[in-house]
Amino acid sequence: MSLPPLVEPAAELTVDEVRRYSRHLIIPDVGMAGQKRLKNAKVLCVGAGGLGSPALLYLAAAGVGTLGIIDFDVVDESNLQRQVIHGQSDVGRLKADSAAASVREINPLVNVVIHNVALTTDNVMDIFSGYDLIVDGTDNFATRYMVNDAAVLLGKPYVWGSIYRFDGQASVFWSEHGPCYRCLYPEPPPPGMVPSCAEGGVLGVLCASIGSIQVNEAIKVITGIGEPLVGRLMIYDALEMKYRDVKVRKDPECPLCGKNPTITELIDYEAFCGTISDEAQEAAAGATITALELKEMQDRGDDVYVIDVREQNEYEIVNIPGAVLIPKGEFINGSALEGLPQDKKIVLHCKSGARSAEVLAILKNAGFADAVHVGGGVLSWIKAVDPSLPTY
Amino acid sequence: MSVSVRIPTILRTYTGGVAEVTGEGGTLREVLQKLDADYPGIGARILDETGKIRRFVNVYVGEEDVRFVEGLDTATPDGVQISVIPAVAGG
Repeated sequence: MSLPPLVEPAAELTVDEVRRYSRHLIIPDVGMAGQKRLKNAKVLCVGAGGLGSPALLYLAAAGVGTLGIIDFDVVDESNLQRQVIHGQSDVGRLKADSAAASVREINPLVNVVIHNVALTTDNVMDIFSGYDLIVDGTDNFATRYMVNDAAVLLGKPYVWGSIYRFDGQASVFWSEHGPCYRCLYPEPPPPGMVPSCAEGGVLGVLCASIGSIQVNEAIKVITGIGEPLVGRLMIYDALEMKYRDVKVRKDPECPLCGKNPTITELIDYEAFCGTISDEAQEAAAGATITALELKEMQDRGDDVYVIDVREQNEYEIVNIPGAVLIPKGEFINGSALEGLPQDKKIVLHCKSGARSAEVLAILKNAGFADAVHVGGGVLSWIKAVDPSLPTY
Repeated sequence: MSVSVRIPTILRTYTGGVAEVTGEGGTLREVLQKLDADYPGIGARILDETGKIRRFVNVYVGEEDVRFVEGLDTATPDGVQISVIPAVAGG
């Protein structure tokens, strides 16, 4: 299905622009008309992280006239393995500022708009309304559903991409012409069920594989060429080096873009997606200790059994002395329970406290009433107890 | 009926890291039952407590999302590829 161009062409290209974009201009499908549409286009990239980095670099180079960058975060050293728009000297700098500097260096003709804020239900409609198209490079379900809902309510197309370890997915959601994100995934997974990249990791170059698909689709939608990824989901497996696409149908029952919509304005996305399950929250209430408290217990010689519920690779990066590794999955399938000591106080920990809270709920249900978990996980141990350890 | 089932990265802990496994069954329901028998625990990641496909997991028979066909009763002809695609949010 080909679609009409999203953006009207600018009046003209300057001599400088003709020189810069000549390799586009001599492609018959793009040509002067296509490049003038890019010049007139206003694209917002949500997130200047893994996907946002390659997306912004190529959108800038392609000559998109106005590029918005929204990110509230600062550059961390652990970002540099994949967030190629930032460099070593940018560590500690606001990501939106750092990304804007790279964009200007690549193409000074781009008008860069910096949004140094977190995207919220209070500002999303306002910010989105200034753009023709949105590129979604966020890293959590709550923001993804908010981006989708705002885009549908404003009638704007958005190019979606998502990554995990070696797997990537991409699509174009445009409710006027096809399905939305809610048609594809009606509900987010319960918290703790699907690990984030911070918990599960991501192959750095996967960002480029998926981010470049997003830019490819953005350019096609803006200029009206080719077959956009509307109504299709592209699935990429980096290990097998296979791309496959499947159909995404518009769900007539979709609560947002279906026949009888029940969502007609933005909702509470934190509540919709949760940050931690109710069971885990309940289990953790009154059963959360600090890393320092754990250290004191160990120093006193208390009879504690410390369990690290992360994965083997994470354990190898850094671990709390004395902790036994039993990954969360072994609690979920029940196999870990019978081997646990009944006569010792069990202390659970993970990277930051979310997974250990989920396991704590399982243990409480299994009768380990005095079990506790370490709030903030091994990261808080590193901060509070032993800053010489590596963080990740 | 022999079919192939694509396992996403996130569920490969159940299949010993294998990306594609052989399945058996005339309908998706039968294929998933056999899959869970072969790889205990994987079924619960795809189906909820009431036996329905979880809302954040899509299962495709060929290139069709079974939610828009016959759901778990979707026929799985010999040789068809079944893909399990869970929502991921990384970016």
